[in-house]
Amino acid sequence: MFRQATRLLVRPISRTGSRRFSTDLPVAETADESFVEAWKKVIPNIEPPKTPLSFMQPRPATPSSIPSKLTVNFVLPYASELSKKEVDMIIIPATTGQMGVLPGHVATIAELKPGVISVHEGNEVTKYFISSGFAFIHANSIADVIAIEAVPLDQIDSSSVQKGLAEFTQKVSSASTDLEKAEAQIGMDVHSALNSALTG
Amino acid sequence: MASAAGSGAAVPFWRAAGMTYITYSNICANLVRNCLKEPYKTEALSREKSPVQTQLKGNELRLALQNLQMEGNLFSLLKLSSVWSVW
Repeated sequence: MFRQATRLLVRPISRTGSRRFSTDLPVAETADESFVEAWKKVIPNIEPPKTPLSFMQPRPATPSSIPSKLTVNFVLPYASELSKKEVDMIIIPATTGQMGVLPGHVATIAELKPGVISVHEGNEVTKYFISSGFAFIHANSIADVIAIEAVPLDQIDSSSVQKGLAEFTQKVSSASTDLEKAEAQIGMDVHSALNSALTG
Repeated sequence: MASAAGSGAAVPFWRAAGMTYITYSNICANLVRNCLKEPYKTEALSREKSPVQTQLKGNELRLALQNLQMEGNLFSLLKLSSVWSVW
């Protein structure tokens, strides 16, 4: 089973054809050249129609020096909260703890837990509570944060949070099946995160 | 998903209990929506309703099946009889 191991381990690591990050690849073309040529051959008088490719924006390349601002796209299923906003830093609640993202951050994919995401721009800080989601940080200092629900902290009702916290603390101890226990635990996590968002 | 990354890495507790990420994420979102202040809460709860209708459950399912069975019997009776003009 491990006959090939020695060969595979000593093969050169950086070879042409080894995988690279998507942001390192050359910028994709924006016009469909073969289509335009074929069109012009047959119908030289009329302008060729635009193909879907020409509506797409090219992927920004990774700059050689670290940019000064981080571009954030914060999206929800029903709305785009922040679209290509240039900020200094964002702090996201990853499952491994609070993660600060500055321009030039290494490319990362982080799963987020229910918590507060804060966007720092100059002297202003905007905070949102997110229910859960993912953050994709690309090598070209673009961060895509996706969440299902994101609310500014002042839209949270503290009495419902306290009620929910008490209810789920009780459910955690009285749950019987695995699934019930998991649901009660999720409730506990979400409500305690909401509570610390309101008080912290 | 029976095997976690590297077959041995810790799985999240909800995955161990048989829940998928989508279910977990939807539960979190619903809990957050229920904790909002009033005008935002009604907006958010209207977002929660998915455009897809859920299947019949429980008693509704039983009644629907009974109806189907009755219709099935009627249909087979009519097939046997020579009165096809009814249909």
